[in-house]
Amino acid sequence: MPKLELQGVVKRFGDRTVCDGIDLTVDEGQMVCLIGASGSGKSTLLRCINLLEPIEDGAIFLDGDDISIPGLNPQTVRARIGIVFQSFNLFPHMTALENVMLAPRRVRGLTRAELQPEVEALFARFGLADRMHNYPDQLSGGQQQRVAIVRALAMQPEVMLFDEITSALDPQLVGEVLDVLLMLKTQGMTMVMATHEMGFAREAADKICFLDSGRIIEEGPPEAVFDHPSHQTTQAFLARALK
Amino acid sequence: MTRRERYEAHQRRRSLVIATISTVSVVAAIYFLVPLAPGWAKVQQSFFNGETLVKTFPKLLEAFRINVMIFACSAPAIAILGLLIALARDAKSPALFPLRIFGAAFTDIFRGVPVILTVYLIGFGIPGLGLPRPWNSPYIWGSLALILTYSAYVAEIFRSGIDSVHHSQRAAALSLGLSERQVMRDVVLPQAIRNVVPSQMNMLIALQKDVSLLSFIGPVEIFRQAGVFKSLLANFTPYVGAAIIFLIVTIPATRYADHLMARQMRERR
Repeated sequence: MPKLELQGVVKRFGDRTVCDGIDLTVDEGQMVCLIGASGSGKSTLLRCINLLEPIEDGAIFLDGDDISIPGLNPQTVRARIGIVFQSFNLFPHMTALENVMLAPRRVRGLTRAELQPEVEALFARFGLADRMHNYPDQLSGGQQQRVAIVRALAMQPEVMLFDEITSALDPQLVGEVLDVLLMLKTQGMTMVMATHEMGFAREAADKICFLDSGRIIEEGPPEAVFDHPSHQTTQAFLARALK
Repeated sequence: MTRRERYEAHQRRRSLVIATISTVSVVAAIYFLVPLAPGWAKVQQSFFNGETLVKTFPKLLEAFRINVMIFACSAPAIAILGLLIALARDAKSPALFPLRIFGAAFTDIFRGVPVILTVYLIGFGIPGLGLPRPWNSPYIWGSLALILTYSAYVAEIFRSGIDSVHHSQRAAALSLGLSERQVMRDVVLPQAIRNVVPSQMNMLIALQKDVSLLSFIGPVEIFRQAGVFKSLLANFTPYVGAAIIFLIVTIPATRYADHLMARQMRERR
């Protein structure tokens, strides 16, 4: 059974169809990269999986359970699926530590003291041990984004979604964030990421999905999609992206 | 000194000279022209009488303590009620629909009626029910009138603060599994409240002045006390004294609110 499965997912904003019947399976421990031009529906698809956007049609399964049933309480699902955004979205009135502890305290019902060892270990693992007590505006973009990843991980999610998490970073900071993803991959995290980092996608992904106008028009292992794209749109996109 | 610095130093000197000349001429004009008015001697005698000022000032100051007391009791109540109404107006659950309607009606009514009218209606109306002491005190019902009116304004400011928090903050909090209530309490409200502190400071300053409206229903606060002296001494100077006392409090508070506002502008840029 796949960890995560999408069947014919349709998302519309008004009369604009952003996701137009998307099928996707993600196995346990797999890293799937969504690529495609801006506006092809990658970000919206991730937001739908996290139930931040209700879908019009189709279904989303987590461990075989339909999580897209209208009226289902989204909280329990969101606690199992973490998402990290392009613009970090750290809470500016809290230190890095408080940012990370908030959800586990409220949702998992743990105290600060109970969380301290676990959270400190997370900070240390991602090279942020000396940044725990800083506010977001005292951190670099790369550090903020790593704190955002730690914040999502502190909920012990089963699946992580990454929405172009390096797009807002200075080029020299991209590496430190991508390294975090590689670490997660070796630990067996199931991940779906929307990205423009073609080099990284090619090296790290188990599967590449190319989106165009809200559809996956091509998917497969990185070598197949990057080296022998069968679809003309994919060829044109890759020619531009890899130039 | 570079060319640029020389030019800027010249410009600064020039502005300083112009500002000085213009200020001196305006002050001089007032100083020399106003006393030429036919009624000046009388106005000076009845509004700017040093002797009366000295004699009445301590009593005015004492009466001002009543203003401070009413202010200190009303302000926290306004903050709490204003916040509750702002939250009620944003309630989404259908069970809370009556609360939303109530919140909207509340702000419409109390922002729509002049403060003095609310003070009259509540300050005279409720004690008219024949309540036993101390529940017939105009202090209580006058303060309530201020609390209701100011809560309506304060609630709207809180609401604008809630709207000013970017929706991506909500999305980030929701995505972690927090409930709507937790998102509001832990993420949105703390930022919203911080964003509106300068605006709320201005409301506090306005409230400090409007406490004087209670004089119309009984309490002998500073304005009423000044009125008593006016009748007693047949002189308006006590009103000037009252104005001075207000300014001693409000000018620093206003400057501070402006300072907060300016700092916030800088941070946003």
